Amino acid sequence: MLIKQSSDIPSSEITSKSGYMSRRKFITGAAATGAAVAAGFYLRSTDETHVVEANNALPGVIKSPLSTTEKPNTLQDITNYNNYYEFSTDKYEPNGLATNFRSRPWNVSLEGLVKKPKKLDIDTIMKLAPLEERIYRHRCVEGWSMVIPWVGFPLSALIKAAEPLGKAKYVAFETLFAPNQMPNQKSGLLAWPYVEGLRMDEAMHPLTILAVGLYGEALPNVDGAPVRLVVPWKYGFKGIKAIVKVSFVENMPPTTWNRMASNEYGFYSNVNPQVDHPRWSQAKERRIGEFLKRPTLMFNGYSDQVASLYSGMDLRKNY
Amino acid sequence: MRPPSEKLVKGLKVLTFLLCLGPASVLLWKGFQSILGANPIDVITRTTGRWTLIFLLVTLSVSPLRKILEMPWLIRFRRMLGLFAFFYGSLHLMTYVWLDKFFDVHEMLHDIFKRRFITAGMTAFALMLPLALTSTTGWIRRLGGKRWRALHRLIYFSAAAGVIHFIWLVKADLRRPFTYGAVLLLLLAFRAFQWGIARVRSRSQAPVVHAETR
Repeated sequence: MLIKQSSDIPSSEITSKSGYMSRRKFITGAAATGAAVAAGFYLRSTDETHVVEANNALPGVIKSPLSTTEKPNTLQDITNYNNYYEFSTDKYEPNGLATNFRSRPWNVSLEGLVKKPKKLDIDTIMKLAPLEERIYRHRCVEGWSMVIPWVGFPLSALIKAAEPLGKAKYVAFETLFAPNQMPNQKSGLLAWPYVEGLRMDEAMHPLTILAVGLYGEALPNVDGAPVRLVVPWKYGFKGIKAIVKVSFVENMPPTTWNRMASNEYGFYSNVNPQVDHPRWSQAKERRIGEFLKRPTLMFNGYSDQVASLYSGMDLRKNY
Repeated sequence: MRPPSEKLVKGLKVLTFLLCLGPASVLLWKGFQSILGANPIDVITRTTGRWTLIFLLVTLSVSPLRKILEMPWLIRFRRMLGLFAFFYGSLHLMTYVWLDKFFDVHEMLHDIFKRRFITAGMTAFALMLPLALTSTTGWIRRLGGKRWRALHRLIYFSAAAGVIHFIWLVKADLRRPFTYGAVLLLLLAFRAFQWGIARVRSRSQAPVVHAETR
């Protein structure tokens, strides 16, 4: 449909000579700017200095054979580029907005199908098992990835402490709901609080950890302090942050992004280059700090350890 | 209001031109300083995309503004603004083709046919292309004012496709794309309103027909 408009513009007005001349300048400027932006990117140096403060180092952290030997991303990049929708939907903003988040005192409630519901404070949780450095690949569903040196311990240690009953088939997690501290929880963007879940065997897998630290120090607020989930073979959004509740349930629990758009985010959300997200390909990823994209690996490169968990399952249906 | 002198308009045009280069210059400067953040390609993509939409909307506000403010000479800025929309749109597309997809034709074709937000974005750019190409004096003469104006109404569809492109690509936070959409609707509503008035006027000049009889 064309909207008719009175023809009150004489073409001489539209085509002034100075306009014609500025077009010439414009094209030259356009070409130069385009080339320069590209050149600027190429010149970007990738090795930034690590800014690690030495005042809250975690003691007695041991190395783990489950770590990758790939070079970790800088603390600067890890803490200034991530999704934490409770603070902002912009990936660059959460760091500043999370500065005053209070991660102490902190209790995690263990409930549902357990021998006896209980609350553990964060200091007790951090002593459930020796703290290990786990350098993991992290793949975001949006197509970017990082290598992150987490500090944490297997989730299985917490599960053992919770003493779940035999009926428990899934573990459900919940983030803190505190709109006065997490400003975006005042909006209706997602159904707060954020919830996530794992099947019991996924939760018990040795690669699945609760992270309480990063680069040898206490976990920064922006990355989910004081305690978050890390499941390296799944897309990043499965790694629920600032956990206050872990419950053991019989049926598959709801998960936030699945409730938001079930055709885009499944319960499993295993990294899978063959199953595209409806809005973008998952075949490749951009490792932060690299220019060219690299191919995404099945289960984010953890196939050998986790593929057996899903044998016989159609991963196209169970995405 | 008295129209400004030729000299003033020329001066204002130079100033506008420099201002329009601002966003690209800031990007360039940040690129050289390595302060584009962890994912520079993402920042370049978003910035050029945002400015394409802004320039489309600014271009579309020239006509309403010149009427509301009774400053008909504002029309002399429209082509430059429209071409800047095309400039940022081209940078945006170039970022996708070069920096994001690295000239992988197969992957891009797959994107265009499978991913609706890419389809919408490509449509928006494709609709801008004939407008940029026929922006010259020669082309206006060749097409004739009437046909040229009809062709250039494609900008409504380009801007709409651009807004849809933005709406379809966000995961959850629709506030920003909807803001652009609201501004676009307002600008199009103004035109619809003008068109309505023009129709009523032309009708009132025709033989009188009572509303009840129709």
